[in-house]
Amino acid sequence: MNERADLFRQLLRVRMVEEAIAEHYPKWQMRCPVHLSIGQEAAAVGVCSRLRCSDRVMSGHRSHAHYLAKGGALLPMLLEIHGKADGCSSGRGGSMHLLDIEAGFHGAVPIVGSTIPIATGLSFADKLDGRDNVTAVFFGEAATEEGVFAESVNFAALHDLRVLFVCENNLYSVYSPIEVRQPPERSITAFAGAHGVVSFHADGNDLDFVRDATGEALRQMSARPGPKLLLLDTYRWREHCGHGYDNHIGYRTEEEYLAWKERDPLEMFRERLTAENAIDATGVSKMMAEISREIQEAFSAAESAPFPVPGSMFAHLLK
Amino acid sequence: MKSATGKIMTGAEAIRTGTAEAMSADRSVIVMGLGVPDPKGVFGTTSGLQEEFGKDRVFDIPCSENGITGVAIGAALGGYRPILTHQRVDFALLSVEQIVNQAAKWRYMFGGKMHVPLVIRMIVGRGWGQGPQHSQALHAWFAHVPGLKVVLPVLPQDSRDLLLLSVEDDDPVIFIEHRWLHGVRGHVDFVRPQLPLGRAAVVREGNDVTIAAFSYMVLEALEAAKQLAEDGISAEVIDMRTARPIDSETLLASVRKTARFVSADIGTGICSVGSELVSIVARGAYGSLRAAPELVTSPECPTPTSPALSAEYYPRAPHIVAAVRRTLGLKVADSLTAVPAGVELDKPDPAFTGPF
Repeated sequence: MNERADLFRQLLRVRMVEEAIAEHYPKWQMRCPVHLSIGQEAAAVGVCSRLRCSDRVMSGHRSHAHYLAKGGALLPMLLEIHGKADGCSSGRGGSMHLLDIEAGFHGAVPIVGSTIPIATGLSFADKLDGRDNVTAVFFGEAATEEGVFAESVNFAALHDLRVLFVCENNLYSVYSPIEVRQPPERSITAFAGAHGVVSFHADGNDLDFVRDATGEALRQMSARPGPKLLLLDTYRWREHCGHGYDNHIGYRTEEEYLAWKERDPLEMFRERLTAENAIDATGVSKMMAEISREIQEAFSAAESAPFPVPGSMFAHLLK
Repeated sequence: MKSATGKIMTGAEAIRTGTAEAMSADRSVIVMGLGVPDPKGVFGTTSGLQEEFGKDRVFDIPCSENGITGVAIGAALGGYRPILTHQRVDFALLSVEQIVNQAAKWRYMFGGKMHVPLVIRMIVGRGWGQGPQHSQALHAWFAHVPGLKVVLPVLPQDSRDLLLLSVEDDDPVIFIEHRWLHGVRGHVDFVRPQLPLGRAAVVREGNDVTIAAFSYMVLEALEAAKQLAEDGISAEVIDMRTARPIDSETLLASVRKTARFVSADIGTGICSVGSELVSIVARGAYGSLRAAPELVTSPECPTPTSPALSAEYYPRAPHIVAAVRRTLGLKVADSLTAVPAGVELDKPDPAFTGPF
């Protein structure tokens, strides 16, 4: 498969996994909150496709796409969301605590902004060890309102750390629009710039733009160590938390949602690759069938897998 | 056990010594905190470490307590064993999110695949007008959280030993120092710690009453035991050493022997670790008790700054003596706990002049 088609396949796979979670959710076997990434896949795939396996990624509550894009294994993720013993966090974490160290996905937590300093610390350890790994940390625009964001950008800049701060601006923190949280003059890129950190602002729904911005950020970081910030504009399609939609509850309009849906990262990339002759309908159908089979098998395995045994609650608390 | 390698030093020197020993033994130990390499070296506890171990391993930080705690957690996940220092417990409160939500739970919430070997030092201030925001003893907050360990060393030997054990521990440890213990001198042996982290120590044996104390109150308890002995009352004193885990076994064994119990804690009493000891004794040694347990703590208000007010804020040995006498059904004269005239209670010792 050519590189372009493979990128499309990755986007498609993330979308299909998330849609499968949405589809299976009403079986009520995934008994934890899920924050689906549908609509925001290009940011995850675009950034992670530029990272090496040895580079690290951390994320927040909406982390499924980041986990999968970094190469996180599907079955342990689904086992975890189902609360099963062999989940990536042994059933202690759920959807909001994904982990695949081998793939370089070093964890996600739902406290907004809290992995930003931890990712910065991982990168600090790399610097102390003389490694040139990059640590990318994904967060939403609301996390830039947290003190730890400012503290982490400052520390990373102070120590010239190879941290890639990736801000996905999807305009909402739960149901609170950015207008009620940030003054219109506030610029996240200028904020980074005030710390001497170079930023790149890109259309987060356009995979090529995300890849270009990431590639340039990493090239500059490679030439001279130091953090960079990516600001990626995007939009969440589904409800903040759960498998359905929430446009009807009154915090955003159907029109706004439909306008963003017109700019579907998957469809835009599909059209471009079709025009480039990098993919065709037959190839895409084959891909979808393969991915669908993989997902179905993983769901069957996850649904039938054993739960943690009663009494194992205290395992993993302390050494 | 006193060895030929030991020497007399202050509590602050013992912490510095333990830190240097830990750093020599393990290259992954790093020391970070506001003022760590400055001329005063966190009351002397970090003096000279940067010169000895280099700027990569001993360094100052931005004034970003929560963010830097996250950085320390990340460094721990990356293979380091950071010692993060706060000059006061009060300042560390900015980092409660990272300590409680992240450090304490990281091993658990990721199914044991990662762990956070991190020591966070916090210092309880006292005296010379430390006031409402430089003097809080909040070890109970941290002791409440599964996933954390909370240690409170008293004498120099334990400051050194518990620091070494905390650094060697593979899970996050909150290391609570008391400013007045930094100046207390004692013998320190440079041998393997004799007691593991999590065990209390009987520091004075007795038969009539058990006094279990945390941090500086251990010294007050020892002074109280001395005064009680003059009246023929034999008090057993336990230095609890850790607020999580709590060594219930040592505590209950003592109370079953003495049948009377006084708990003495630094800080205020409601939801304190001192009151937790009363709970443990009530549940575990009820049948042995011949009197209701007593609790000696600070009054339920913030620490006042004025020396006139702080003098009556801190419980002293006489308060413990009074509590013991109540457990024995003995009369307690009002004059016993009165603030003594002509004694400056806002100083750890008469030679001290401020500021801290």
